[in-house]
Amino acid sequence: MTSPTPPGVTDVFVRTAGLEGRPPPAGVRPSLMKSLFGDLATASATLLIGGVLLLSVPQLLAWGVTRGVWTGSADSCSGVGACWIFLQEKYPQILFGIYPPAEQWRPMLVVALFLAMALWTLAPRNWTRWTLLAWAIVTIAALLIMAGGVFGLPEVQTSDWGGLPITLLLTVLSVGLGFPLGVLLALGRQSSLRIPRLASIAIIEVVRAMPLLSILYVAAILLPIMLPDGVTIDKLLRAIVALTIFSAAYLAEVVRGGLQGVPGGQAEAARALGLSWAATTRLVVLPQAISKVIPPLTNTVVVIVKNTSLVLVVGLFDLLSSGRAALADPRWPGPYAETYLFVALIYFVICFGISRYAAWLEHHLSPRGSR
Amino acid sequence: MAPRPPHSWLKAHDIRAVTLQLACIALVLGLIAWLIDNTLTNLATRSIASGFDFLTRSARFPISESVLPYAPSDTFLWAFVAGLANTVVLAVVVAALSTGLGLVVALARRSTNPLALGLSTSFVELMRNTPVVVQLLFWYALVTLGLPNVHAALSPVAGVFLSDRGLYFPRVFLVGVTTPVLLAGLASATCVAAVVLFVQRRRSRGLHPRACGIVAAAGACAALVLAGILGGAHLAITVPELSRFNFVGGSTLTPELVALVLGLVLYSAAFVGEIIRGGIEAVGAGQWEAGRSLGLNDRHTLRFVIVPQALRIIIPPMTSQYVNILKNTTLALVVGYPDLASVTATTINQTGQAIEGIVILMSIFLILNLSASALMNWVNRRVALVQR
Repeated sequence: MTSPTPPGVTDVFVRTAGLEGRPPPAGVRPSLMKSLFGDLATASATLLIGGVLLLSVPQLLAWGVTRGVWTGSADSCSGVGACWIFLQEKYPQILFGIYPPAEQWRPMLVVALFLAMALWTLAPRNWTRWTLLAWAIVTIAALLIMAGGVFGLPEVQTSDWGGLPITLLLTVLSVGLGFPLGVLLALGRQSSLRIPRLASIAIIEVVRAMPLLSILYVAAILLPIMLPDGVTIDKLLRAIVALTIFSAAYLAEVVRGGLQGVPGGQAEAARALGLSWAATTRLVVLPQAISKVIPPLTNTVVVIVKNTSLVLVVGLFDLLSSGRAALADPRWPGPYAETYLFVALIYFVICFGISRYAAWLEHHLSPRGSR
Repeated sequence: MAPRPPHSWLKAHDIRAVTLQLACIALVLGLIAWLIDNTLTNLATRSIASGFDFLTRSARFPISESVLPYAPSDTFLWAFVAGLANTVVLAVVVAALSTGLGLVVALARRSTNPLALGLSTSFVELMRNTPVVVQLLFWYALVTLGLPNVHAALSPVAGVFLSDRGLYFPRVFLVGVTTPVLLAGLASATCVAAVVLFVQRRRSRGLHPRACGIVAAAGACAALVLAGILGGAHLAITVPELSRFNFVGGSTLTPELVALVLGLVLYSAAFVGEIIRGGIEAVGAGQWEAGRSLGLNDRHTLRFVIVPQALRIIIPPMTSQYVNILKNTTLALVVGYPDLASVTATTINQTGQAIEGIVILMSIFLILNLSASALMNWVNRRVALVQR
């Protein structure tokens, strides 16, 4: 931070730190009794919800806890209680798919790497250009660790990859590749040149009008037909292409919101300083535009995480599909609800974490007094 | 911007812009030509037929349930129409139910009752932070595996049965409606409505126009019902009954449809609820105070002050939510409900004509989305702020 006092001026008091916020005035909190049974509508809502909860919660507890099967074997699961023992035995397959069991420390390491990177990126003070580089390096390292064939690691085909690492890789790659593409589309949409503008609008609107499923079909079925004979494209790569294009269209609309929020005077000032269009965009417009839309961008990441679960329709084994594959074991009575709850819990932890973080960022990044 | 001298398109800047755009077009066209060339070569080497001729051929695959009558001997074209009808009906039902439930969620989220607030908040967070595919599979598993078989079907209300084969409920329908009866009914209904409106028009101090409309409509309905009764039409009801293997009679909702509607409605209701809540909260406390100081009670403030303003905020995000519901109906594929996407997938499997199938699917969605947006834009204009 540079000194706030202009050179040659002394004896000027400039506050460098903001004032502490004052506590809000003490509100009047109605008593619990009043908020539950204050008037007729409230009281009937309380009775209705209370009744439903009283009826359902004990049954759920009985299913999940008291009658749930926590120890034993497949035969212990009689169907009256939750078959948690299935998850105890199958969690490696749900989390890592059919990756060779002896090598499962590799997907585990990949998950740990992504988790560490995500935690490190949480603090806004760690956001530098090195963060992006670190993410790129970690992603490439993750791909190498999964694929093997280097550093003496045995090679593992992408068709054997599965579970949480696939979900994380799909998310990171579709955000990482989709974001630059989205920025380009957003810039194109705002461009004064007619052709790039029309092309960007067409791409964004068509992709947003399509269900993700149809875009996955295009990538899974049409891409192999459209490439020259002899060029085969990996199934995982095809899903990444589809998710990247889909994410790019949605991220582009968020970035466009940010671009529209940058006053035109900023670009004019930069041009007046003699900066070229590219320099104006890169150094003046984009940094302001993107910092305005970081919270909605983070929320778009939640949508992208949830969307990765759709790769099930093109036969890729992400977290959800690995769970379904684990259920196919005929020795077990098929504890579907338990498995889906487990899978849903993992998605929930990731998505709820990101959306809470977005809410925190929105509060934290907004300049004081502007709200 | 400074006024340009004439013929400014000859300036260096503009020449660069034109060149850049021409290069852009050339690149895109080149890429498209390359892809088409590859595709044609591949189709020729793999001897895959192309063109839309297959649409007139017999589809020869079953559609497990269909709103429109469909048989495997029908054409592929009709199979697509049947799938589209299923998709549209599903989307409309899900949109209607999730709007209703979303309203309840929004009210609960704004309530001061801790039970309602806690329950609705956890509901919204749970729904919004797990993938809808997982939710659909969960409900489908619960409906097919968690429910008893037909012999031990749950019967919450007499005549309604819930089992792993689906939901069975009584069907009420009209019998004895012949064409003369229908025509007589319609004629008498029109007469009654016309007489009521005519009398109203002649008397200068009549009823309120809206009340008059209601009277006319009620009179017309009464005339229609009376004509039906006199003509021998009556209501009939069939109640599902357990036969040896399954229920017969009544109406059925298959487990696929039950799981799909349940899953999509719950998922969408969370988003709808947040949109409605956001709209109401965006109106601002000052408007409530203004309404009260004008002497309006809470109900009237809500109806005449808050809701009209909230609607303006709610409608644009609601439009995209309805479009999302339409797009989410394609997930019917994962539980095996025959919507448009499933029909497309089956067609691609049967004919091998992937390009045509995907083109049909995508064009239909483009058209549906554009019409949905156009419709909601029209609604939006109706409620938009009139600038005076």
